This record gives sequence, structure tokens and C-alpha cells, in this order.
Amino acid sequence: MSRADVLVDADWVQAHLDDPKVVVVEVDEDTTAYEKNHIRNAVRIDWKQDLQDPVRRDFVDQAGFEALLSRKGIGNDDTVVLYGGNNNWFASYAYWYFKLYGHSNVRLLDGGRKKWELDSRELVAAVPERAATEYRAKAVDTSIRAYRDDVLAAIGKLNLIDVRSPDEFSGKLLAPAHLPQEQSQRPGHVPSARNIPWAKNANDDGTFKSDDELRELYQAEGVDLSKDTIAYCRIGERSALTWLVLHELLDQPNVKNYDGSWTEYGSLVGVPIELGN
Amino acid sequence: MCGAKAGGPDLEGIDVAKETVIQGSVTRDGEPVNGYVRLLDESGEFTAEVPTSATGQFRFFARPGKWTLRALVPGATVDRQVVASQGGSPTEVAIAV
Repeated sequence: MSRADVLVDADWVQAHLDDPKVVVVEVDEDTTAYEKNHIRNAVRIDWKQDLQDPVRRDFVDQAGFEALLSRKGIGNDDTVVLYGGNNNWFASYAYWYFKLYGHSNVRLLDGGRKKWELDSRELVAAVPERAATEYRAKAVDTSIRAYRDDVLAAIGKLNLIDVRSPDEFSGKLLAPAHLPQEQSQRPGHVPSARNIPWAKNANDDGTFKSDDELRELYQAEGVDLSKDTIAYCRIGERSALTWLVLHELLDQPNVKNYDGSWTEYGSLVGVPIELGN
Repeated sequence: MCGAKAGGPDLEGIDVAKETVIQGSVTRDGEPVNGYVRLLDESGEFTAEVPTSATGQFRFFARPGKWTLRALVPGATVDRQVVASQGGSPTEVAIAV
């Protein structure tokens, strides 16, 4: 993979708004943002309702993903362009889903909704109609997903990257500061994890830093990328962005996203936790 | 939208005794602005970001201490330093861009 296979810029999206083989998809943390307005002809995927199992904590299975994309009018040979708010946190999470289920032709709008808005580009309320498809997903690719036992086995051995803010890493906050702080899990981080906040990957306008800047960031933080790497955050969306940087932009094959993340790890009985910087 | 509402969003349902709330509004010539507000910690590190509401308002749940608020709107970026405390009234910040 390279940057051109992963990202498109706003001008590219603007030029393909009426291209029937390009499906622009908004995925927001605030699932109501789409209802206010969105990029013309964009469809919505709701990360809570569409991407999660309705009962147990897990993502939708292969049949569920097939049904979702069929319902949204996305075909196997369509180019999917994801974008969203929060600097593409949840769009990156959706990108990781599309890769888990083998959709190769997926891109991220660099800068997401924020860059589009700061450019004062057009947003509309009209919801497009797309004919349903018969989407076929591949079997889930578990090589890019880490589970809690992988994290425990990685302590002191492999790269663990905690991408939350420094205050969440040290245990002073339990959630990103736009959310209420009362949570059930313990504060802190996985021992031996390095704190490389997701925000270091991005510019203020939400676009990704250059490949050279990104490589330099991880080298300066002392991450040996020849070792396997697991990224985590609170629920796996910010770490999906870091996964995208390492696995897709910097082409590191041995990187996994731990989507259980701190809401799982910080609730486990008996596991080691570190506090402080 | 006709005019910005003074101060941050309504506090109904927020446990202000437990939370350290930093909130306010972003305006241009007295009118609310659609944009984003970032919360940076004392070392300038990103902590959170929210879009402003239709009335230009924003809210963070932080911890006591020094913070920087950075408003990002089309064509402008404005920083404000704040000191937040826990319990009682939220830290209200009016940002004109």
C-alpha cells in the first residue's frame, strides 16, 4: 500500500461526487451529524447500529456486513471513500472494518469532514437513493485484529502503542475530554506501552502528516517497527487511525488494532496496569 | 441562526460536582460560528476536540489545571488559555474569532 492507495483529497472527492462507481460514506462518532448535512450523494454508516453486534460486544459478522453493504447500495467493485468527524476517527475504524472483510478498494478522505468544512465546501441535507446490491464479503482477516490475550502476551516483548491523550495514558482522565469522565474501568495503561497520541499523526486540519514526518515520529519515539505492533485506545477507533498510519500509509505488515482497547483491558480482573507517565 | 446564546450549553443532566467542565461559545461579530474547538493540555498536547453546535457552543469534561482552547473556523485559528477547577460552576470561555 502507499498513500495514493489509501487517501484521496477533497478535490478528488469533489470531482467524483456524481461518479456511480464511487460511493462516499460518512461515519461519525456523532451519528446524528449526517442528518444535519453531509457531502452530496454520501450515504451513512452508523458505527453503533450498523457495525456492532446488537447483543454481545463484537463487530457484525460476515453475513451482517454483507447485508449492511447490500442495503447501502455498495457493490464489490465500487470504490468506497470514507470520511467523518473527529479527524476521521470513526471513518478510520470503518476503513479497518472494510479491510477486515476484504474490500480492497476503500479510501479515506484526508482531513475528513473537518477539512471539508474548513474549506467551506458544499454540504447538503438530501439523502441519496442507491439501488440495493448483493455484496459478498470475504472471511474476516484476523491478522489485523488483536485480542486481550495478544496484548497480555505482548507486554515487555512487542510494541504496544497507547494512542490516547497523555492524560488518559497517565490515568488522570478515563475518556477523551469531550465525554463525561465517570467510567467503570480502572485508569492507567498497559505496562510497557508507549504513549504516542493519535493526534501526532495529523495536522490541525485533520489531514495526515507526510510519510517522512510519520516515519520520523515513530523512529523518534523509539518504536522498532520490525517487531509486531498492537495499537489501542479506549474503544478502538483512535487506534484504528494509528493502525491505518502504520499498516497502510507506512506499509508495516505486522500491525494490529486492539478494538477491545481500554474499556476491555481496564475492566479485566488481575491484569497488570501502570499509572503515570 | 439569529444571534449567539451567551455562555456554554445548558448544564441539565451534567454532574457538575464530579466533572471539571470547560465550556463556552465561538462567535464572529456576535454571531455563532460553525467550526471546531480543540482542548490542548499544559504541554500543548491534543486532548480532545468538538464541533461547535448550531449556536456556536462547545463543552469539555477535563480535569483541574491549565488548558489551551483552540478554535478552528474557516479562515481563522484562535487560542485561549484557561484554568479549570472541579466542582461548582463550569469554566466559561467566550471565544471571538
